[in-house]
Amino acid sequence: MDKVIIAKDISLAYSSSETIINQANFTVNSGSFVFITGASGSGKSTLLKSLFGALKPKQGSLIVGGVELSGVSTSKLNFLRRHVGIVFQDYKLVKEWTIEKNIMLPLLINGYEKTVTQNQVDTLLKHVRLKHQAGKYPLELSGGEQQRVAMARALAHNPILILADEPTGNLDNYSSQLIWNLLEGANEQLKTTVIVVTHHIPRSMNVDYKHFHIEYGSINEVN
Amino acid sequence: MKSIRNHLSLIIALLSILFSIQVFTIVDRSIESYKEKLANNYSVIVVSQRRLLPNEILGINKIILDSSELTPDAIIKKLNNEMDEKNIQLLKLTLPKFYKLNLKYYPNPDEIKKLTSDLLSNKNITKVEDYSHAHDTTYKLLLLFKSVVSVFAVSVFIVTTLLIFKELRIWQFKHTERMSIMGLFGAPVWMRSAVLFRLSTVDAVISSVLTFGIFIYFASSEFVLEQFKNIGIKVVIFDPINDFLLLLGVAVTLSVLLASMIVLGHKEEV
Repeated sequence: MDKVIIAKDISLAYSSSETIINQANFTVNSGSFVFITGASGSGKSTLLKSLFGALKPKQGSLIVGGVELSGVSTSKLNFLRRHVGIVFQDYKLVKEWTIEKNIMLPLLINGYEKTVTQNQVDTLLKHVRLKHQAGKYPLELSGGEQQRVAMARALAHNPILILADEPTGNLDNYSSQLIWNLLEGANEQLKTTVIVVTHHIPRSMNVDYKHFHIEYGSINEVN
Repeated sequence: MKSIRNHLSLIIALLSILFSIQVFTIVDRSIESYKEKLANNYSVIVVSQRRLLPNEILGINKIILDSSELTPDAIIKKLNNEMDEKNIQLLKLTLPKFYKLNLKYYPNPDEIKKLTSDLLSNKNITKVEDYSHAHDTTYKLLLLFKSVVSVFAVSVFIVTTLLIFKELRIWQFKHTERMSIMGLFGAPVWMRSAVLFRLSTVDAVISSVLTFGIFIYFASSEFVLEQFKNIGIKVVIFDPINDFLLLLGVAVTLSVLLASMIVLGHKEEV
């Protein structure tokens, strides 16, 4: 099975601070569902940031989607990011754009045709149950609704990899369940690799998953 | 409202640059026109011991447009009653020849000096009267005026360029969140900065159109035309095609250049 992520002896640190992840080794197979857990401040989000190139490894080799992220060029990083869907805990929606345009963003960046874009956005709006809110702006929606928009945006361009940073933190049960269903659906039906950083793995998971736990700077596989 | 204010500050800054450029152009054209007027009214008188051929005179200096011989008939006429015809003819033969030289353009003091020296280097020419002092003062005043306007235009250009730069930085801060979100999804730099470029180009076009309107009004204003008429010169205050294209070019180039500097100076999130 193809490896979508290969990490060899990677150490992660923010400049002028102590090392957060220390010489970690792990791989993620293409099409797998992965949970990353750990205590607050253990480095879960830091690891996730490194997977989309927002933080370069201090040492070691980190290959994501065939792109070596140590010393990656801007153009290669952009190329990788065009094939990755990211969901942030704080949603990161463009406030001055409508919900519809926010979901369109990855499709516009990837140069999809207008009709394809519109069809895809309509489909996703139905999936996240926000069809009636399409013309609204992010700040007019609740937290749960905004996260569903972020989820739809992450799925819009059928990415090879979805990275989600605590996607259900502070959400009501309805929105949380909707988001887990969408992540499972993408993994099962589209064979998209999904990596979720979370404090708690939901009990009702319908897919096989891999579980990494971060503790004291090292990444350990649980099972 | 805030957005309109942001636009206005860039438009006003660009407008002042374009206004100074056009004022400088008008002053330059006025001086050129005045120089032409001076050249038409200005001539050099040359005294020669013998008759000079027109080609011989033209060959002395490239600035000479044409020459005409001044006849001494008017002076001789006064002597008609006191001298007989034979003596008058003899006098005519012994009198030096006077030539009036017209020039292609009004020369600067150095060129007048060179022309006088070239003329005097001809062994037949004994005297040159250049009358330059008569026009020099006005000409130098005009040059001084042009220099003052140039200094003023350059100062306005520098100050307003800094203002534009500051304005675009405010825009950048305003658009940073959107630009970084786009970056997270792999948008290339040009796509992230498209809004910045679009806004600066639109403002450049608006400021050019406003300058166009202002100078078209000036060009048709009786009061302004009267002032030029009083000096005795005819000046194109605003050429709707060439001047507008120049101003538009300056405004768009400047704003795009500054926007590019901001975009390139923006650190990539890697």
